[in-house]
Amino acid sequence: MEKDGLVVVGASLAGLRAVESARRLGYSGRITLIGAEEHLPYDRPPLSKEFLASGEPVDPVFRAERALREELGVDLRLGRYATGLDCRQRVVRLGDEEVSYSALVIATGAQARTLPDTAGLRGVHALRTLDDARSVREALDAGARTVIVGAGFIGSEVASAARKRGLPVTLVEAATVPLTRSVGSEMGGLLAELHRRQGVDLRLGAGVQRIDGSGSAESVVLTNGAEIPADLVVVGIGAAPCTGWLEGSGIDLDPRDKGVLCDSTLAVNAPGVYAAGDVCHWISDLFRGRLRLEHWTSAAEQGSLAARNALSLDDAKPYDTVPYFWSDWYDSRIQFVGEPHADDIQVVDKEWEDGKLLALYRKADRLVAALTVNRPTLIMKLRRMIASRASWQEAVEFAEEKVRN
Amino acid sequence: MRITVDRSKCTALGVCESLAPELFEVQEDGSLIILNERPEGSLCSAAREAVEGCPTEALRIEED
Ligand SMILES: Cc1cc2nc3c(=O)[nH]c(=O)nc-3n(C[C@H](O)[C@H](O)[C@H](O)COP(=O)(O)OP(=O)(O)OC[C@H]3O[C@@H](n4cnc5c(N)ncnc54)[C@H](O)[C@@H]3O)c2cc1C
Ligand code: SF4
Repeated sequence: MEKDGLVVVGASLAGLRAVESARRLGYSGRITLIGAEEHLPYDRPPLSKEFLASGEPVDPVFRAERALREELGVDLRLGRYATGLDCRQRVVRLGDEEVSYSALVIATGAQARTLPDTAGLRGVHALRTLDDARSVREALDAGARTVIVGAGFIGSEVASAARKRGLPVTLVEAATVPLTRSVGSEMGGLLAELHRRQGVDLRLGAGVQRIDGSGSAESVVLTNGAEIPADLVVVGIGAAPCTGWLEGSGIDLDPRDKGVLCDSTLAVNAPGVYAAGDVCHWISDLFRGRLRLEHWTSAAEQGSLAARNALSLDDAKPYDTVPYFWSDWYDSRIQFVGEPHADDIQVVDKEWEDGKLLALYRKADRLVAALTVNRPTLIMKLRRMIASRASWQEAVEFAEEKVRN
Repeated sequence: MRITVDRSKCTALGVCESLAPELFEVQEDGSLIILNERPEGSLCSAAREAVEGCPTEALRIEED
C-alpha cells in the first residue's frame, strides 16, 4: 500500500486543475489522479458545440499523457473507479486495491440522468461524455431525424448543431417554459423563441411516455399521445452528482441530490478531504447559502482551490464566485452571471431583430444576476458589479447608459 | 512580462476580463482587446490568474 500524498478522484476539469495547482504551489509529494473514464482528461463544453458540427471533430483533450505523467509527475490511473473511502484509515478503495492519502480531493462530477426503460435501445443517448458525443455525432453524420428530450442548455445546443446541419429537430420539454431554474420563466420563454425561429419543432409541457423501437429507437411517444419518428434521441434532463462510491464513508451528502456537502473553504467533514466541481455544494457568503453549480468556470476554480486548501493546513481560503455560464445556440452567445432567484427582472434592451438582449435581475435593492444574448462586452462588467454588491439603481443606470451608446 | 492572445482559440468568454478588467476587454463584436500588454506590479498576478482562468487556454505570458 502506498503511503501518503495527494489523491484526486475524478480526472476531469476540477481534478486536473487540482493536480496542476498542487504542483504550481510547489507540492513535490506523490500525486495520484484516478479517473473512471479510459480517456485522458478532456473538456466537456465543446462536446455539445464544435464537436457536433460537420467537419472533422477534434477530441478536446486538455493535456498530453506525457505532460501529465512526466511534467506534472502524476500517477495517472485511468479506467479505474474509486469504489469506497475510509476516512479513518485515509484510504481510497479501487476494488481490491487501496490508495492512501494525506490529502484528498473529491472531483467525481456528475452523471447524466437517464429515462427509465431505455437502456440498450440503440440511438438513445445522453450527452455527458466523449463517448456519448461520438455516438451523437455519428447519428448526425448519418442524417438522423433528431428528437431531444429536455430543452435545457445541453439539449438546446444539440438542437442547434442538428439544425445547422439541416436535420429535422423536435425539442420536447416537460415544463411549460424551458430553463426556468437557470434563468427564470420569463427569460426562458424568450430564449425558446430562438429555437422556433430556426425551425425547431418545440413541444412544451409534454413528457415522454416511452420510446418505441426494436433494437434501435424508431419513435418517441409523448404523454399527450403524439408520436414523433426518431433515429436519434438525445436525453438532456440534467445530471446528478457521482457519489455512490462515498456511501457509508461518513461523508455528508445532500439529502436530495447526494452532492458532497462542504463548508465555505470546500472542506468536507473528514480531515484532509476537500471537494470541487459539479459534485460539490459549498457555502457562498455572497449569496448567503449553499450552492451547487454545474459550470465550467467554478469547477476549474474550485479544483485549484481545493488542492491548495487540502495541502496547506492552517490557512484554508474560502471560495466564492458570481456564477457564470455561457451557451451557444445557432448564432447566439448566451451568457448568464449571478443567481437567478430574483424578485423582479428588468429587460433593459431587447433588439430581438438583431438577436440582442440585456436583462437584469433584482433582489431587494441589489443586482443579483444578468442575462445577455450577443452582448459580450457588458456581461463581465455586470459580473463585477454583482460581486461588489452593487445597488439596483447603479446597475440599471450603468446598463441603460451602455445600451444607449 | 508580455501577454499574448491566440485569436484562433479565444471565443470571447470574458473570464479574463472579469479577473483583470484593467488588462482585458471583450468588445461588442466578440473580439478581445488587451488593454495593457506589459503589466507591472500587482497587475502581474492578475494577468497570471487571467491566463489560468481562460477556458480556451488562449492567453499566454512571455516572461522578459
Ligand atoms: C455537453 C456539456 C456541455 C457543457 N457546456 C458548458 C458551457 O457551455 N458552459 C459552462 O459553464 N459549463 C458547461 N458544461 C458544464 C461543465 O462541463 C462542467 O461544469 C464540468 O465538466 C465539471 O467538471 P468536474 O470536473 O467537476 O466534473 P466532470 O466533468 O463531471 O468530471 C468528473 C469525472 O469523474 C469521473 N468519476 C466519477 N465517479 C468516479 C469514481 N467513482 N471513480 C473515478 N472517477 C470517477 C467521471 O468519469 C468524470 O470523468 C457542459 C457540460 C456538458 C456535459
Ligand atoms: S478568457 Fe480566454 S476565451 Fe475568454 S475572452 Fe479571455 S482570452 Fe478569450
